[in-house]
Amino acid sequence: MLDVTKKTSDKIELTRHKMALILVAVAAVLMVLRYAGLLPEALFRLPEAMIPPFAIWLDTIFNFVKDDLGLLKLTRFLTGGLEALLDTTANLLFGKRRWPNLGPIPWTSIAAVAAVLGYYLGGWRLAVLAAGTFVWTALIGQWKIAMETMSVLVIAAPVAFVIGITLGILAWRNPWLDRALKPILSVLQTLPFFTYLLPAVIFFKVGPTAGAVATIIYAIPPMILMTTLGLQKVPEEVVEAGHMSGCSRWQLLCYVYIPSARQEILVGVNQVIMLCLAMVVLTAFIGMPGLGAKLLAMMGSFKLGRSFEIGVTIVLLAVTLDRMSKAWVVKQPAHFEKGTPWWKRHVMLLLAIAAFIFFVIVSQFIEVASTVGRKQNFSQGKELDNLIKGFLNIEVVKSTTYFLRAFVNVQILIPFRNFILSIPTPAVILLVAAFALWLGGRKQAVLAAMFFSLVALSGWWDRSMITLYSVISAVSIAMLIGLPLGIVASRTERWSRRILLVCDTAQTFPSFVYLIPAIMLFGITDIAVIFSILIFAMVPLTRYTIEGLRAVPHEMTEAADMAGATRMQKLWKVQLPLALPTMAVGFNQAIMFAFFMVIIAAFIGTQDLGQELQRTLAGTDLGKNFVLGICVSLMALTFDLTIMKWASDQKRALGLGE
Amino acid sequence: MNKFTTALATGVLALGPLAAFAEDSSDPIVIPIHNWSSQIVMSNVVGQIFEQMGNNVEYVTTDSQAVYESVRLGDVTMELEVWEGAFGASYRTALEKGGLHDAGDHNAVTREDWWYPMWTKDACPGLPSWEALNDCAALFATAETGDKGMYLDGPVDWLKHGQERVAALDMNFTVVNAGSAAALWAAIGAAEADKTPIVVFNWTPNFAEAVWPGEFVEFPTWVDGCDKDPAVGPNPDALYDCGNPAEGYLKKAAWDGMKEKWPAAYETLTKISFTNPQIAEMAKFVDIDEMEPEEAAEAWLGANADIWNPWLSK
Repeated sequence: MLDVTKKTSDKIELTRHKMALILVAVAAVLMVLRYAGLLPEALFRLPEAMIPPFAIWLDTIFNFVKDDLGLLKLTRFLTGGLEALLDTTANLLFGKRRWPNLGPIPWTSIAAVAAVLGYYLGGWRLAVLAAGTFVWTALIGQWKIAMETMSVLVIAAPVAFVIGITLGILAWRNPWLDRALKPILSVLQTLPFFTYLLPAVIFFKVGPTAGAVATIIYAIPPMILMTTLGLQKVPEEVVEAGHMSGCSRWQLLCYVYIPSARQEILVGVNQVIMLCLAMVVLTAFIGMPGLGAKLLAMMGSFKLGRSFEIGVTIVLLAVTLDRMSKAWVVKQPAHFEKGTPWWKRHVMLLLAIAAFIFFVIVSQFIEVASTVGRKQNFSQGKELDNLIKGFLNIEVVKSTTYFLRAFVNVQILIPFRNFILSIPTPAVILLVAAFALWLGGRKQAVLAAMFFSLVALSGWWDRSMITLYSVISAVSIAMLIGLPLGIVASRTERWSRRILLVCDTAQTFPSFVYLIPAIMLFGITDIAVIFSILIFAMVPLTRYTIEGLRAVPHEMTEAADMAGATRMQKLWKVQLPLALPTMAVGFNQAIMFAFFMVIIAAFIGTQDLGQELQRTLAGTDLGKNFVLGICVSLMALTFDLTIMKWASDQKRALGLGE
Repeated sequence: MNKFTTALATGVLALGPLAAFAEDSSDPIVIPIHNWSSQIVMSNVVGQIFEQMGNNVEYVTTDSQAVYESVRLGDVTMELEVWEGAFGASYRTALEKGGLHDAGDHNAVTREDWWYPMWTKDACPGLPSWEALNDCAALFATAETGDKGMYLDGPVDWLKHGQERVAALDMNFTVVNAGSAAALWAAIGAAEADKTPIVVFNWTPNFAEAVWPGEFVEFPTWVDGCDKDPAVGPNPDALYDCGNPAEGYLKKAAWDGMKEKWPAAYETLTKISFTNPQIAEMAKFVDIDEMEPEEAAEAWLGANADIWNPWLSK
């Protein structure tokens, strides 16, 4: 029986692969015709006259929704509520003159509470990390701006959590909502940041409110997905037990489902926190105060050292919050014997309150305990500047970058770009469809062809291809470096942990800080753009390789050892095939990150969609802005759909569940 | 209380009776802040003047192009640095849509054009003439541009027309657009180490003058219509065959509702006018002396009371 199904699926595979090959062949014919000069111009690029005025249509729709349907009024009303919340935290954390007029809370109090919380969640190590982060922030002279950032995040993260978990529960209850929500979430996640900028400002008022909204939108999707995933996994027996004890539906949800899905929901929380921190710098363009805004100002006046220090602060905050929330995931609720006095059960809470009050009182008398001024800090901006400039000036560094520029850029990258631009549009669409068909399936192929045809219809084909070229180049190089790194690191537990920490750091370190050294190393060239994407794209590749390889069941590797496999055989025949689905998820994320970063690389100077998006900001050209954003999103989605389908197919084939 | 606040307090006390007539709303005046130092300090200077007049002031960081949409909607009350070259287009678009208006020019004039740091002149002594620059084009070649020189233009959204000028004047240069001001500084900073000749887009007033002394390239002088009428300028068949206007405006823009809501502050805003040296000085406080913008504003106000006192409403 099993054999039969295997055979039919093989047959389907065969025809699928054959069809993909046919598509490739047709594309090749088109290309040959083009190079022979026989292809009519209309088949090379869509004629201008056939491009519909999407931008104007979108502008009209936007204005209709905004004014005639009154969406602007609604969002402005919501903005009022959000602003009240943000003003409160702003007052408490950095003393903005708003209700309740109590702040700012002394930095020592916050650091002390963080330490107690860290100790409660993860013992001494976490206590030191938490307190250390806040002490560093204060001593380096960034306390106020860090608190400006936090004042928004402490609202944005919980709001994203609440909306995310609610939508997640609803989507789990109503499959139609789940189906409707998934594509919207995918588009939201792949839309380039520049496309959020203007609508956020128009609908939610430039300032912390727009910053908070952009952050929330960006952080919600994983929360929804993790909630739904967790709830679906709740075992039947647990639910049965709930029913038997006579739970109402609400009780069932609160006391049975959610506690059983705790693990997944908390992973969602962790993701929310990380994504919030990832947005700190980008949202500064629309009024988010604090670290991001300062970083942009520092970069605007070529102060590398101080921007680097701000980057370190953001990473420290991210790592602290990440470790704390992860510790919270593992921590089981404590149980006490009956009759334990109240204070004993809440000793940590009392300790935190005591520490808080103690430092509030201390800071009344000792000023340094309350605020660290600019004069007392230990910022080493100037010294770091010289260090960075000195490094860039070392002969070896210079000759390496010159080689890379003269060889990789001029001999490989630029010809590759010209090659991609020389392929006729229909041939590209066929090739992409073939790729989707080969890896994913018919449905993916149809969608891929449709998406890329839409890109062609948008009239921004050449720029889209340059964007795609940067992404492909960066991800290819990232694979050459990231995969071996992951494989080597996964051999031992210690190195895995170290490299994963490097991954966390690279991921949360504001990407803007990479841009300047990239330019100083490579000039304003494609290679600088690809270098800055590369750092970002390597992270998921390495991370998922490590995680995939380490998750390979022990029995499997043992069996391979017993069969007398060499280390190489074991790696190639056992570990890598089993880890491949997980690694594919990493590969997919690498592509998504690359699409995200390639647009940001417009700040270096590119000729792709990012540059055109940047141009639309000058004329507040919303329609065109949307069209360009959708082009990026459609290309990213094509890869996302195809690769994720392949990964889940593989997982099923390997019997790895899900 | 430091010296500055005392000075301010006396200044305000002296004018107190006059200022009392104006009844400004207690809602905060929102001043936008961008990512270059002179604008940040200037915003803080003006903000502190408003605060001393008894107003509430708040600062918000924004993108310098998208800000005009916010001024138009009244989310932001004013914009203190509208550069003719860089933001003229966004400003005019917003002006046409309505909601903001011109609140007068600064005394300062802006210039935005091709620029080189001084060390470039050692390699190409004929500068600043553009013909001499064109003769030295090979000096500016990079691995990617072959034997043509590379000119690093400003970001595309500043709409600088470097490409058109190269074509119009038939120059032996390839134009590369930097993506941001930071990218321009990084390129100059990288060239500084070896004193590599470099020609980039730059503007004044700007902190860069203090860090890297340099000069603007002298192109055929700007004549009105150079951007609209091909006949104007040395090349009869092309637009943009002149240098940029050497005296562009630096404006203030105000939200239409400001005049009614904060009459006294509005009055002051229309009088405010900074000169090039003043703007350069503000930028220097932050960029060279490493002050925080708020401190720099205090320092500037403390030292220049005679300049800003006449701006307070009468």
